[in-house]
Formats: sequence, structure tokens, C-alpha cells
Amino acid sequence: MFASIIASGLAMGAIYALIGITYNTMFATSRVMSFTAGQLGMLGGVFGSLLMLRLGLPLVLGLPLTLLLCAGVGIVTEFVAVRPVLKSLDQHLYVLTTLAVALLIQQVTAIEWSTEPQPFPRLFELGRDAWDEKYWLPVATCAVTISALEFLYRRTLIGRAFLAVAEDNFAARALGLPERTLRVASYAMAGAIGALAGFSGGQLLLAFFANGQLLNFYGFIPVALGGLGNNRGAIIGGLALGLFQQAANFTVGGIFASVAVFVLFIVVLLVAPQGLFGAPASRRV
Amino acid sequence: MAMDERVQSAPSHDAPRASLGDFSKGLPFLAILALSMLLPLIGNDYWALIATRASIYWILVSGLNLIVGFAGQLAIGYVALFAVGAYTASVLAAGNVLPALPPFAALGAAGVVSAAMGVVVGLPALRLRTFYFAMTTLGFATIVTQVALGWQSVTGGGIGLSGPSLPAPFDTTWGLYGLCLGLAALCTWMTANLAYSRFGRALVATRDADVAAEANGIAKPHLLIGVFLFAGAAAGVAGGLFASLQTYITPDAFTFDLSLLFFIAVLIGGRGSILGPLLGTLLLTLLPEMAAPLAAWSTFVYAALLLIIVLLMPGGIATLLDFDNRRVLSDNRVILPQPAALGQLLAAARPATGLEMEGVVLSFGGVTAIDGLDLSVQPGQVHGLIGPNGSGKTTTLNVISGYFRPQQGQMTLDGTNLPTGLPVLRAGRGVCRTFQTPRIIGAASVLQNVMVGGTITGRAGFLEAMLSLPRSLRDERAIRMRARLALQAVGLHALENVRADRLQHSELRFLEIARGLMLHPSLLLLDEPAAGLSAEEIKRLGALIKAISEHGVGVLLVEHHADLIFEICDQITVLNLGKVLARGTPAEIRMHKEVVSAYLGA
Repeated sequence: MFASIIASGLAMGAIYALIGITYNTMFATSRVMSFTAGQLGMLGGVFGSLLMLRLGLPLVLGLPLTLLLCAGVGIVTEFVAVRPVLKSLDQHLYVLTTLAVALLIQQVTAIEWSTEPQPFPRLFELGRDAWDEKYWLPVATCAVTISALEFLYRRTLIGRAFLAVAEDNFAARALGLPERTLRVASYAMAGAIGALAGFSGGQLLLAFFANGQLLNFYGFIPVALGGLGNNRGAIIGGLALGLFQQAANFTVGGIFASVAVFVLFIVVLLVAPQGLFGAPASRRV
Repeated sequence: MAMDERVQSAPSHDAPRASLGDFSKGLPFLAILALSMLLPLIGNDYWALIATRASIYWILVSGLNLIVGFAGQLAIGYVALFAVGAYTASVLAAGNVLPALPPFAALGAAGVVSAAMGVVVGLPALRLRTFYFAMTTLGFATIVTQVALGWQSVTGGGIGLSGPSLPAPFDTTWGLYGLCLGLAALCTWMTANLAYSRFGRALVATRDADVAAEANGIAKPHLLIGVFLFAGAAAGVAGGLFASLQTYITPDAFTFDLSLLFFIAVLIGGRGSILGPLLGTLLLTLLPEMAAPLAAWSTFVYAALLLIIVLLMPGGIATLLDFDNRRVLSDNRVILPQPAALGQLLAAARPATGLEMEGVVLSFGGVTAIDGLDLSVQPGQVHGLIGPNGSGKTTTLNVISGYFRPQQGQMTLDGTNLPTGLPVLRAGRGVCRTFQTPRIIGAASVLQNVMVGGTITGRAGFLEAMLSLPRSLRDERAIRMRARLALQAVGLHALENVRADRLQHSELRFLEIARGLMLHPSLLLLDEPAAGLSAEEIKRLGALIKAISEHGVGVLLVEHHADLIFEICDQITVLNLGKVLARGTPAEIRMHKEVVSAYLGA
């Protein structure tokens, strides 16, 4: 049992962490927390199942196409729900617009795909029991994604441009950086990261339209724990959440695990409102 | 003398007009109620079902409206509290956990349990940004569904359980409708009472101008907890009634669609209105009935509506119905302060010895913004605080009004210690202020904006206001009267019913001063009140400030217009790099060599 707790805990934790990074990637360039993060994860699973099981495409085509499609959804989100409300960030209208887009995505999926969970293909037929690919795949994907992001942000010019926009977009624009293009690019990137979460976790979560809402909430907890915009915090928070949830699941049962996670979330928000690794709030007057 | 008479007669003159206004505001509600009461005469059982459902939804939405529409908190998962109420009432009435309760006791218990849950879910909203609260309510909605499915011994899991069956005469279709309609009307009345009391104005203030709300002594956490309790109780009772109406409930009855319906009803209706969300609720309940093929796409339609409303008509139905504010305002308005009104407004003498600051040091990281500042503002005097940009003038105001906590030094006001930090307690000590960029509630009328300044003078509590008890009515009358006097004093009384976001910049500056006068301040802090004013307006502003100080109020004036400073100040302190460069009377400062070379110019 201990092995299953660790395996499923780390796997779920990695998925949550990836959704957390999806939130952060969009937040960095726009200061917007978008409700589409969880839906992108859901779409990763649904597109994967659609392309590989229904249409029979091989992995080498299915994965890139899934990422492309979700990147497209990310770009549409930026144009429809984010750009029009950026001028009045303090009114929090983005909460409403991104929620609306998230629900549109969810409802179209429910009607056009299915309201029942659909199977997701096995990708490599590798490993079994606690070492089954459905457990290590999300963890490996998470590790690769964060390494790639760290490389992008710290070693490449375009990554530094992202950081500059995230730090201060007025100054970045004054320096001549294409702030708008970078923002669109970050939404495309977030779409791909969300898709990776759903794709790598497809065998655990299945291709199910209701996953979006679940991932929205459980993927936000790592962000709240780690502090807005902090990817390393999100990874630690995500893995901790996954382990805690699965341990509670196995020991006290599903419903109380959900309640325990929710209570933990509220307590963390009240005790450490800026997250465990976050920066203090800015001045208001 | 003639002017004094006019001032005194003004409030009593306006009283009948105000009550007429209240009546015409109530008219649409009475019309809806009358139509609803006629329904049993013309409708069949199908219409009874729809109308009962609309009444139940409105019971919940009326409470939610205070949270979303008035307080501006984005509670998107309120179906969870509805479900908690439905299950609590059903489980307690069925007696499968505790001994069975009578149905009405079970309904009451549902209200209590949901109220408690409402506060727990709302806790993050007391301190954190809006997005967190949206997320918490969403998370709660997710959890409640999981618990309802999983906790089979109590909730019956996916199979569900039967709702409470109410005793006669509420066991018939029309009997239940009557009960729900009655409760809906009661909720409308209670939320309207709250909305048009000092609590409702304070909620809107925390939504649109939270910093100003704090400076006026409005403690957001207390206020929100009261509202969360009420909205939770309403949601719980609505859930219990819903269980009765359905006769049988399963987790499927409480999908996120329903939450979206509640939430969007408020937004379609328009924020800060009660009639709008009521119409929104009716519309959204009827819409799927009118267009049956839409049923499967209802979430899609709601979500699309949400997007369209936010992007294209953020004011909702309420703005469409707001005919008064479409009337064109005259372009050549003049602000004519009537300092005579101050006599009545600032009549009662306050025991005042003024503000003393000693050795105040404040630094942000490595930057020392204030470096050992001593400052004393005497009652009845205008004290000018001048200096180049970045010299620490506004920072000093923020230290006095508690937004910044200095590392060293202390302050006393009227002989007692003024604790550092705690901006929300300043209003109670008689410290009022204006802001460099006016912080007003754009969606509220000019009069309501000024009335926000008198929030803490009210004596009636939350419940008294909700039930419109005599003490609350007395509070309202007193606050309104003072607000009219204050508007007269600053010269904006002709605009009292105009929405504040239609005012010109200069008028907003005077509006903030009127709000600051509501409490009869002992110390009034003005942050660049003359910025953006015309020469003529600056002259009138100067006379007004002088008149205010002559009634015993100490005024601390941060200003760049040297003419104004030298004309009206009794004392001037010149700051440079957080330190006092010079202090003295205007004549002394004019002669001060360093000031002249550093700041005033040769």
C-alpha cells in the first residue's frame, strides 16, 4: 500500500504541479489567473484519446498535434478573454471572462465528445504495479517541462524577454520588447504545458470533460501554496498536495480526503496568504 | 442670516421628496409581487412549478446579490450552499442520522448550517484577492458534490433521498408556492433594507474604493462576515425548499450550471441593484422553459451570456433602467461652497489639542522616506506641508492615517497616543482625509458617496438595519441630513442625485472634502486638493479650507500651489528628503534662504 500511495501521490502531484505551472505561465505575462488552466489539462486528455484511439494516429503525431491544438486554445483565450479586460485589471473582470471561456470549452467537450469518461491509450507498455507508466509518466513529464522552462528562462534571450515582461511590462515595452507578442506566446506555451499535464496523466484521469473543473481547483492549490508565479513553489506544492491527498485517500477514504484537502487549502490561505515561497503584497496607497 | 435660514430649512424641505423617491423605487417590486399573487388565478400546475422554482432561486440570489453585486466578491460556487441546505433539511427531516425533526425545524437548521459554511468558505475573502475567493467557492462546490456522492449512509449517494414534506397548508402545489413567494418577498425587503442602509453603502465602498472605505472606518471583515451569514442562511433555506419542491434529491440536481445561473442572474441584473438581479433571476429561470431545445446547451448559453455581459454591457439591466442618470448635465456648472453650512455641521466642539508627531522614521528597504520627522498640527489652524517631489509629504499623510507603520517615533492626537498602523481605527479618532487621486464610488450617487463618510456614526446593528427598525431609520435620517449639509458646505448640493462617475475632476476633489467633514474631524488631511482645479476654483477651495479650520478643525495640507499655501496657512513645514528643512509662518518661510533656493526658486 505504501508503494501505491507514493506512486499515485507523486503522479497526481506532478499533474497538479503542471497545471499550477500553466496558471503561472499565463500569470507571468498578463497578471491574470485564468480559469482555462484546468480545461487545458482536460483537453490534453480528450485530444490525446481522440487522435490516438479514435483516429488511430501514432504517438509521434498524436502528441505534437495535441500540443498544437491546446496552444491554439491558449491563443484564443488571450484574444477573447484576456486582452479586452487587461485595461481594468483591478476590477477582476478576467475572473469572469476566463471562467466563461472555460465553461464554453467544457460544455462543447461534453456535447461533442462525451459526458462519460473515455479510455486513454497506453503509450509505451512499460512497467507495472507501482512502476507502471501511468504513474511515472506524469512525474517524468513534469521534470522535463520544468527543466525546459528553467533553460528557456535562464539561458535564452527570448526567455529573458519573458522574464522582463513578467517583472515590469511597462519597462519592458519601453525597452522595445514586443510585449503583446510575448503575451500571446506565453498563452500558447501555457496551452501546451496544460496539454502535457492531461496527456501524460491521461491513463490516470481518462479523457473526461469534468476533469477541467477538478484540475482547476487542485491545480490552483500548488499555486496558492508556492506563491503566484513561482514555478518551483508550484512543483513542491503540487507534489506535497498529491502525496497528502493520496495518503488521505488510502487511509480515511475519498470523501474525507477531499474535505481534508479543502480545509488544508483554507488554512494555508489564512496562515500564509502570499504562499510559502511568495513575495509580500504590494503597496496600495 | 438669510443664508443660515436656508441651510436649516433645506433638510426638512427635502424629506417628503425622499420618501416619494423610496416609494417609486418600491413600485416595480410591488408590481412583480402583485403579478405573482395573481398567478394561481390564471396559471396551471406547470406554471406553479416554474414560479415556485423562480421564488426559491431568488431567495438564494437575493443573498448572493449582496456578496456579488454589492461587495463585489466573485462567489461562483454558491450551488454548494444550496446543496448543503437541501441535504441538511432532507437528512434531518428524514431522521436517518439524528431523531427526525419537524420539517420547519429542519428548514431552519438548513439555514443555520449553510450560514456557518458560508462564513468558512468566505474566510479567504476577508484578506485575499478576489481570485482566491472565486477559487474557494469553486473548490467548495467540487467537494460538496463529491461528499454527497460518497457519503452514502447519510446522503444516499447517487441514489439520493427524499426531501422534507411540509405540513398543510404547504403540502399542495399552490401552498408551497405561497410559502416560497412569501419568503422571497421577505428576502427582497430585508436585502433592500440592508442595501440602502449604511451597511449597504459600506459594502459598495469596499468594492469600488477599498482604501477610502478603510479611511472612513469601515472594517471589511466584520461587514463581510455579516453578509456571508445572511447569504448562507438564505441559500440554505432555499435549498431546503428546493428539496421539498423536488420531493427527491440526488447530487445531479446540484450541478455547476445552477451555480452559474445564480451568479449570472446577478451580473445580468447589474451590480449594486436589487431590481436588476430579480429580473435577471426571472429571465434565466424562464429562458430554458421558453426554448426547450436549448436545455442541453444551457451552460453554453449562460457562459456565452456571461462573456457578452462582461465585455459589452458591464452595467447590466440596472443601467438600462437608470433613466435619471441619462439626463444631460449642464456643462457650465460652478462649485459654489457655502461655508455658512459648516456652522451646523461642525457645531459641537470637540476637545482638541491637535496632532503631535515625534521622531518618526520610515524606510522602505534601503530608502528612508521619512527621517526623524517632528510635526505638530494645532486645532483651528491650517498647516501646510510642502517640499519637492519625493520629499515624503504623502508618506507623512499615510503614516498619520495608518497605512504605513513607521519603524520609530510616536504620534499623539488630542492628548492620547495614536497607535501606528491600523488605518481603520482612524475615523473613530477623528482623523479624516482626501487622496491625491480621488477615491470615490463611481457607481453611487454623490449623496451616497458623502454618506459613506458617516458610516461609523450609525448606532443600529446589522440586524436592526436588515429589519429597518426605528434606530436604523434614525441613523439614516441623521446621516443623510449631515451629508446634505456637507454637500451644501462644499457647493455640490445641486448634484446630490447624480452618479459620481459623471462628475468632473474638480468636483470630485470637493466631494472628498464633503465626505471628510461627515465625522466632524479633529484633524483633516488634504492631499493636493488643488491639483487640477482652475484658478477660480482654487480661490474658493482656499476660502473653504480656511472656514473649516476656523471651526476648530486642524487641517494638514499637502500642496504644490505655493500661492494657496502662502495665502491660507497659519504654519508651514518644508520637507526635503524626508527631513524638515524649515518650519514657521508663511512670512518666515518666504524669507528662508534654503527653501527659496531649493524649492520656491529665486
